[in-house]
Amino acid sequence: MREQTAVPDTGAGDKPDAAVVRDALGVGVAVGLSGFAFGVTSAGSGLTLLQTCALSLLVFTGASQFALVGALAAGGNPLTAAAGAFFLGVRNAFYGLRLSQLLALPRAVRPFAAQWVIDETTAVALAQPTRRGVRIGFAVTGVTLYVLWNLTTLLGALGAEALGDTDAWGLDAAGPAVFLALLAPMLKTTTERATAALAVLLGLGLLPVLPAGVPVLVAALAAPAVLWARGRRSGGTSGTPGEEPR
Amino acid sequence: MNIWIAIGVTAVGCYAVKLLGLLVPAGALERPLVKRLAALLPVALLAALTAQQTFADGHALVVDARVAGVAAAAVALVLRAPFLVVVAAAVVVTAGVRALGG
Repeated sequence: MREQTAVPDTGAGDKPDAAVVRDALGVGVAVGLSGFAFGVTSAGSGLTLLQTCALSLLVFTGASQFALVGALAAGGNPLTAAAGAFFLGVRNAFYGLRLSQLLALPRAVRPFAAQWVIDETTAVALAQPTRRGVRIGFAVTGVTLYVLWNLTTLLGALGAEALGDTDAWGLDAAGPAVFLALLAPMLKTTTERATAALAVLLGLGLLPVLPAGVPVLVAALAAPAVLWARGRRSGGTSGTPGEEPR
Repeated sequence: MNIWIAIGVTAVGCYAVKLLGLLVPAGALERPLVKRLAALLPVALLAALTAQQTFADGHALVVDARVAGVAAAAVALVLRAPFLVVVAAAVVVTAGVRALGG
């Protein structure tokens, strides 16, 4: 991936709009369809059709939705279940942090764009070389995903009984495959690979001992940890010439 | 009723953190360290989520058919397959391994 710190406003259009739209539709359609798995899982966890659809419409961040219905199905206290889902959703704040620089949206538009600030829209947007591409990628991924995710959630909830055991259909592998496909293009340098490796160790190692959702948050600390280690080794900040403000 | 409370709290909380990220003043992001950190955080989170959703069964770590499915997805990625093919590979291989009793 190109240097993350510099995105030209205009020009450098080595990627046509159609290619951006194609990328966005690819992600939007694939992940949007996996809402089916959520609808099935949620209905199987004992949530009503209305509750299942409300989650996809209002929460709209898949990992949190899966975490919430899983915790509720296990008989968890509603606030504990919500806390786990919330912790998983906290990562979207970091995506928003990144996206707000690249999208440069007017303040009045941000409350409307916010609901689409999730893994997939961020990954597509970040992969684009220009601001125009970032905006197109974010918007097309967002609308495609929102419409399809909610539609397939409804269908999944309706079809849950017909399908029977969703794991037998391999649908539980769709989630990690999606995350892996989003992650792969980001692993360009040693810094990113070291971060990913450390995050995997933390995420898996802490899973048995911390409440659901918390290990992922701790794993996020791999990012500052690797940056700190790299900074120590190179004896200071480097890599972004001309950007030090003071 | 309890479920609606959980849904409401989750919806409000998740929307709030999404919006928070977009509303943080641009001045706070001008520092190179913050920029690099914001770029690197999704890498850490996606890696941890991938690993957990591949190996986690509640609070336990297990190796089951999902591992074969995600490995198939990884191969598809190396072969530069389109996104849908990558996900389909994971689902089909996982279902196949389960069908074979894996």
